[in-house]
Amino acid sequence: MTAVTGRGARTSAAPASRSARERYSPRTVGKARLDVVVESGDGYLATVPHGGHLRLVDLHGSQVAAALLFDAADLANRYSAVDTVREQGVSQLSRGSVLLSARLDPLARIVADSCGRHDTLTGVCAQESNAVRFGEHTRHQHACRETFLRYGAARGIGARELSAGISFFKDVAVAPSGELALGDGTAAPGRHVELRTERDVLVLVSCCPQLNDASNGWNPTPVRLLGWW
Amino acid sequence: MPTTAGRAGPEVLYTHTVPPAAAWSLPLARGRSVLLTAAAGANLAMLVLGPDRLDRLSVADTLTAQGRACVAPPMVLMSDRGLALLSVTGSSLPSHDALCGMGAERHVPGAATSFQRDRNDWRRSARTLVLSELAKHGLGELDLHAPVSFFSRVCVQEDAAGSLAYLPGYCRDGDWVSLRAEQDVLLVLCTAPHPLDPQWAPAAVQARVLAAGPAAPLGEDASYRLCPQSARALEQSLRASG
Repeated sequence: MTAVTGRGARTSAAPASRSARERYSPRTVGKARLDVVVESGDGYLATVPHGGHLRLVDLHGSQVAAALLFDAADLANRYSAVDTVREQGVSQLSRGSVLLSARLDPLARIVADSCGRHDTLTGVCAQESNAVRFGEHTRHQHACRETFLRYGAARGIGARELSAGISFFKDVAVAPSGELALGDGTAAPGRHVELRTERDVLVLVSCCPQLNDASNGWNPTPVRLLGWW
Repeated sequence: MPTTAGRAGPEVLYTHTVPPAAAWSLPLARGRSVLLTAAAGANLAMLVLGPDRLDRLSVADTLTAQGRACVAPPMVLMSDRGLALLSVTGSSLPSHDALCGMGAERHVPGAATSFQRDRNDWRRSARTLVLSELAKHGLGELDLHAPVSFFSRVCVQEDAAGSLAYLPGYCRDGDWVSLRAEQDVLLVLCTAPHPLDPQWAPAAVQARVLAAGPAAPLGEDASYRLCPQSARALEQSLRASG
């Protein structure tokens, strides 16, 4: 199987020792309709038609790419983290996960994932929650919600439209005691996750600027977005 | 059981019982408390809207800030903007679910029901009931958010995928939870069964609204003392209230 990473197309066989949960996408960079590098603190609003593939690549490792998905025809039909978790019966997102809207419509499916697990329990960072989590001195640091509002505005996505999103490449563990904690991560540069949309979808992405915990390896770095449709 | 009228405690302002599989709006002024007491097998989905209706309960921020995957006393329920909306001041149960959202039409078992045929025993999903309630306030689908499911328990297993396991029979007759409003909030409550409950056997929940108690020093409050994050959210609410 061809493994394609954000550092340019290269061909290699998937190692035999890889766990069954990891899957490399067969799509090649050279044929991508979309190819952008999103710096940390920046974002992107992708309009992905039904059947399109959107790949997020963690170029340097240990970088969270936060995302919200919306039905392009109706913003109220937006990604719902709790409905997705409940319907799939597991708290982690990985290859095979179907990202559901609040009306339980499939918006996209994770079809390739060289990471293994992604979080949708802890939400996306904001200045206000940073101030609660880390202290008042962080209130004016940049956070994902600002990026979502900035890039979402062009398509009418405002404060009312936002909800809890996905943190791709973020490893969160729930202990048997019910404690929620950031894991060690499966940090490796070039990991990717790829979605195939089940209808026309808006994907709002923020390359997380969080500096106050280990989500981004204490050093936010760019991610690459690739699209095929 | 916590203190109620008849003993030296907050005055009970009024009592209302939400019937099984029904929804109810409860505006709760800052400082007042509500004591929710369940019949066996109850589930209570609760949405919380702040004084600015755009500022609503953020389960994700609440769980992340306080390091738990469920809601338990004395945690603070926080809004998108980092305000404490409610403090969970006590409960007979160790924890309550916040991961699974609320039931939709597909979670209502059996043949389709109608008012014509079944009158007020007709079955409607939590989502339908809650949207109907929100509409009364001029709110709609975009105002939906992840609720807390009081009186229900869902465990996250230790496998790599974090499988969910619903615990049947968790709520016994008389189980209770008490909540204190830290802002003027609007609670939307729904007693439809938990979406992972394999059977449709909704139960009633009684709500007793209590007057504001005497103001104890913040530093002695259990929710304030839980962790720095809960303290900050409470301080934010104090700042917002003036």
